[in-house]
Formats: sequence, structure tokens, C-alpha cells
Amino acid sequence: MKFAVIVFPGSNCDVDMYHAVADELGEEVEYVWHDEENLDRFDAILLPGGFSYGDYLRSGAIARFSKVMAAVKQAAEAGKPVLGVCNGFQILLEAGLLPGAMRRNQGLKFICRPVQLVVENNETMFTSAYDKGEVITIPIAHGEGNYYCDEQTLKRLVENRQIVFRYHGENPNGSLAEIAGIVNERGNVLGMMPHPERAVDALLGSADGLKLFRSIVNYWRETHVVTA
Amino acid sequence: MYKVKVYVTLRESVLDPQGTAVKGALHSLSYTEVKDVRIGKFMELVIEKSDRDLDEMVRDMCEKLLSNPVIEDYRYEIEEAVAR
Repeated sequence: MKFAVIVFPGSNCDVDMYHAVADELGEEVEYVWHDEENLDRFDAILLPGGFSYGDYLRSGAIARFSKVMAAVKQAAEAGKPVLGVCNGFQILLEAGLLPGAMRRNQGLKFICRPVQLVVENNETMFTSAYDKGEVITIPIAHGEGNYYCDEQTLKRLVENRQIVFRYHGENPNGSLAEIAGIVNERGNVLGMMPHPERAVDALLGSADGLKLFRSIVNYWRETHVVTA
Repeated sequence: MYKVKVYVTLRESVLDPQGTAVKGALHSLSYTEVKDVRIGKFMELVIEKSDRDLDEMVRDMCEKLLSNPVIEDYRYEIEEAVAR
């Protein structure tokens, strides 16, 4: 299975993402610069965190118009797994691949620490290796992760089980309905503020993020590898 | 040439964490009359005259990039500027 890590000017979690896939997961992975127009050779697309284009105007607002985003849209339409973490999530929101928008954190502070999440939906291609209701520890690092959408959208998110992760115990940033991560209706585009790629080794605090990447690989094997 | 002033603000229905903090600061400066603070963005565009409809162009720019319609409203003013 081959992963793409999209690199925008200002991305800074691209190396962590690459490391998680190459070294912890043992799958193929390649950096892809933001001006590339074709992602056909990849099976899954990862949009890493950081401050693409300096977060000018709004987080993700300028990155969404970069050339590679047309190819990311195509990959999403083709049903390939697309994962956006932190700034990657913000870009997916700005691009309209996921509903809603981010506001400044309620407390206005940039928060960088591990938080607990509940796996609300473990029947997605990103979460099948988790138990339903499993509580996991994953770090967050953001100043604008205060998720917002209108009431109608929230109702749809709940009804379609698109809320995949919620903050557990306390809500660090004021997100509506404690939302930490959502998928699109089809279930192949996941955006989340917490960083699973920074939680792939118990030595460094937590390995709870690894199951997310394993789920993607399991999904891909089930759908692409013919067993004799 | 035109000078276009674009104002982007958070929608009424969206809580503004920055505005709330600034309101608190104003209250602590004894300006307790302040009932609400909304923080927005102000942008000034200088646009050349062309065949394209200016209003339509500015509206498009606001909706595609300058504001995020999910959480923000925008308004703009157009002034005719003398080219230097």
C-alpha cells in the first residue's frame, strides 16, 4: 500500500507523518509537493499539520487553492482514504471536503498537550482496529481547533455517525459537541485536530494513534488483496 | 482604478472568543457600557478597471477566498481612486 504525504509551504508535521507510515507501519510512503497534479499512484492521501501559507487569512484558506488539492478531491471522489490532521483538517474544511469551520480556541491559547478521545464510531476505514467507546490518548497542538457548524449540519453528522472522535473528560478548545474528528458522508475522508502520527510509539508517550494507520491498511488489504 | 474596502466579521450566531476576551478587558478598564465586541478583518484591494463587472468580481472574491461563508459575513465599499 502506498501513502502520499502532501507538503505545503509551512507544513511541519510531514516528517512525523512519514515516520509513522514508513517506520512504524512499514508501508510505502512518499512526500508530494503542493504543486503536483496527479495522485493516481497512491492508495491513501495524508494531509499533515503545520501552518500552510503561514495560516494567512484563515488556516487552510490559501492551501485549498494549491494545485494538488484538485487531485486530493479526485482521490476523495474515487473513494480512497484521505486523512487530514490539524492543519490538514482545516484545509479539508476550507476545501469543502468536510462540513463546518474552525474558530479560535475558546481560551484563545495555543494548546499543546496529550488529550483523551473517545472512539465514537469504530465502523470506519480509519477506526476499525479500535473498540467502540475506546478511550485513547493522542496529543493536540493547535490554536484554532474550535469546531463549528450550524444545527442542521450537526444533526446530519450525528444521524450519519460522522462524528468519529470526541474529546473525553474535558473539552480543550470549545468545539461544538466535543467534536475532535469527523468523516464525510461516504466515510473515506477523515479530518481530526489531534495528531495520531505523534502517538505511534509508547516510548514517546502513547502508541494509540497506530491503530488508526493500521485500520487504513487493513481496509486497503480487505478491498485490494485477493486471498487464495 | 478602484479602491475596495472589504470588512469580514464572524456571523452573529457564531461566538467570537477574541471579542469576548476584549470585552472583558474593556470592562476591567471600567467601560462597563460595552455590551458586545466583535473582531473582524479589514482588507483594502486596489483593482484595475476592466470589462468584468466589479461588484460581481468582489462578491466572488469574498465568497471564494476572503471570507468563509460557514462562519463569516462580509460587506464591502467601492471607491473610485485616482491612479498615480
